[in-house]
Amino acid sequence: MSTRHTIAVLVNDQPGVLQRVSGLFGRRGFNIESITVGQSEETGLSRMVIVTVGDEQTLEQIEKQLYKLIDVIKVINLSSNPMVARELALIKVNAEPSERPEIMGVVETFRAAVVDIGSHNLMVQVVGDTTKIDAMIELLKPYGIRELSRTGVTAMIRGNV
Amino acid sequence: MSAQIPEVRSTEQLREKWMKPEVITGSEILLRSLLLEGVECVFGYPGGAVLYIYDAMYGFEDFKHVLTRHEQGAIHAADGYARASGKVGVCIATSGPGATNLVTGIATAYMDSVPLVVITGNVATSLIGTDAFQEADITGITMPITKHSYLVRDVKDLPRIIHEAFHIASTGRKGPVLIDIPKDVSAALTLFEPSSNAVNLRGYNPRMVPNKLQLDKLVQAIQDAERPMILAGGGVIYSGGHEALYEFVKRTEIPITTTLLGLGAFPSGHELWTGMPGMHGTYTSNMAIQESDLLINIGARFDDRVTGNLNGFAPHAKIVHIDIDPAEIGKNVPTDIPIVGDVKTVLEMLNPEVSRADQADAWRAQIQKWKSEQPYRYQDSDTVLKPQWVIEMLNETTKGEAIVTTDVGQHQMWAAQYYKFNQPRSWITSGGLGTMGFGLPSAIGAQMAHPERLVISVNGDGGMQMCSQELAICAINNIPVKIVIINNQVLGMVRQWQELIYDNRYSHIDLEGSPDFVKLAEAYGVKGLRATNKEEARQAWAEALETPGPVVVEFVVSKGENVYPMVTQGSTIDQMLLGDA
Repeated sequence: MSTRHTIAVLVNDQPGVLQRVSGLFGRRGFNIESITVGQSEETGLSRMVIVTVGDEQTLEQIEKQLYKLIDVIKVINLSSNPMVARELALIKVNAEPSERPEIMGVVETFRAAVVDIGSHNLMVQVVGDTTKIDAMIELLKPYGIRELSRTGVTAMIRGNV
Repeated sequence: MSAQIPEVRSTEQLREKWMKPEVITGSEILLRSLLLEGVECVFGYPGGAVLYIYDAMYGFEDFKHVLTRHEQGAIHAADGYARASGKVGVCIATSGPGATNLVTGIATAYMDSVPLVVITGNVATSLIGTDAFQEADITGITMPITKHSYLVRDVKDLPRIIHEAFHIASTGRKGPVLIDIPKDVSAALTLFEPSSNAVNLRGYNPRMVPNKLQLDKLVQAIQDAERPMILAGGGVIYSGGHEALYEFVKRTEIPITTTLLGLGAFPSGHELWTGMPGMHGTYTSNMAIQESDLLINIGARFDDRVTGNLNGFAPHAKIVHIDIDPAEIGKNVPTDIPIVGDVKTVLEMLNPEVSRADQADAWRAQIQKWKSEQPYRYQDSDTVLKPQWVIEMLNETTKGEAIVTTDVGQHQMWAAQYYKFNQPRSWITSGGLGTMGFGLPSAIGAQMAHPERLVISVNGDGGMQMCSQELAICAINNIPVKIVIINNQVLGMVRQWQELIYDNRYSHIDLEGSPDFVKLAEAYGVKGLRATNKEEARQAWAEALETPGPVVVEFVVSKGENVYPMVTQGSTIDQMLLGDA
């Protein structure tokens, strides 16, 4: 049964390491739904968070194949634990002055923020899990989304793990 | 006369010579580092981006450099050297086209887990990314087919990188490692201090010793099994585990099949050996796998050429998989008892725990019955030469003791079937990638590794023409390889598929226009002989064996011969075409 999995990969901060990881997914036919990468708590190491869809056997292969890369230090299946997953989106939405109060209502309900105002549009920043951002986008669509940029998911296991 | 390899001084001697830290160029660091890694010979081809390296090699005689005629020849030769010797093969090429010409050979080594260190030049760091003359992103191009790769940006990193590259290539699941050295890095000066520092790679810790609980499960499974079967692969040879395997079979008396790359891991004359499994394997091996209730895979990767249709592979068997690469376990076939570890280590731990499974007598009798009823067979002829007969003759005259390398195609399968291998590292063939052009250069490499042994390169008329330019290397270096060409004037394996699967629609397989191979050999200064019947074949081959240097022997064989048995795609391996012999 195919399900969504969130995997954290601790890698050496080397040139080309993102290419190694994403290339591995590509050539072995694994799916990448989102991939984010940035600094980790340790100098010289980056943390990638990859959201992928597949059955248990595929997930096992993904983990094992990742471990074959010399630059991969650790692979953690986050979604097998209680985790916090967040992504950020910037949404530039059409907003004539008359529509603004309505849009502000949506923004406040979602605890999002307006981070820029133009004469005919607003830029909204929203942080949350993927479903929240999907919902926000759905609600803003009727006004006309001019531009949308999502970061992809970053995530962490809850608690002392 | 045999190939000459200069005597290599011990690393201790070399270290002593260079003990005093010295400021030298990246190129000199490379050469010294190669020596410290114990390299005896490298195969290469110079060009603009590696000129500093070749300049440093001027007059350098501590290792032999073999100048091939094509980069593909260089890397296949390094590959053959590595497979024959068990050491790391090394090749050097320049940037751009030199590097991209290595791609086929890197992929070949990657698929068959062959340890190589591949050194390429690149344009100067300041020019990288500008589409400079002869620039190619070779680390990017080869990422999917290397175990690891390095683009050296600072000459100070070079000693560490070379040391790491050899370590990565030759440990765990072995494989090719690429080091891309920009031209300015090979020219830059830095302080070189030879050190014996252990490699410290946090993300790389191959697991040698298996989990004891899993081993216990296997011991129990062997005791419980009524129809156990061993499937042994190249991992046995790569780990040096052939003696431990022999001991394992002696203790358990479990019948054993060895894959294409596993040929030589177990003596072919042994009663319990059933030959090769899979697409062109023996009837016995395939039936035994399908009927077994315990299948012990030792260092093989369940390649699709071995398993046939996975739905229906070994349907009654409990599957055990021993492999150093955890990712191989469960990749193709669900595994009941996974054992991650070095094959030799695993078998040596296992051997004291196991003994003969007495209840399997009926099973062994069944195996013998299959063996006697359905051996490899062909219809011999007194008018035309049969390729199988030629291989049998090679086997008889050399008592199965030569190193045989092959190209890819029908002749490769016939060599695998009819030559009887009794020791590891005697059989060198491109298994996973099936690379045509591999036969001749890999034989050159194998002969460099073993100057004293008889090396036979078995080729088809197709593959021979993919790297025939390397005949020059045999001639000028007096490399005494015996180059056999099984000439059926056609791309035989393709012909076989077109006959059996594509309704005799023989599309573009006629090799009309091939050179006169005897004259081709002579043009390179190599002795050439031809045989068209058994009498000529025996004479020509005897003459080839008596001739000290390299010899090409062309055997003109019957055109329409097919390799049997054959499992066609989509079939399970017990559904074999057995041919009409």
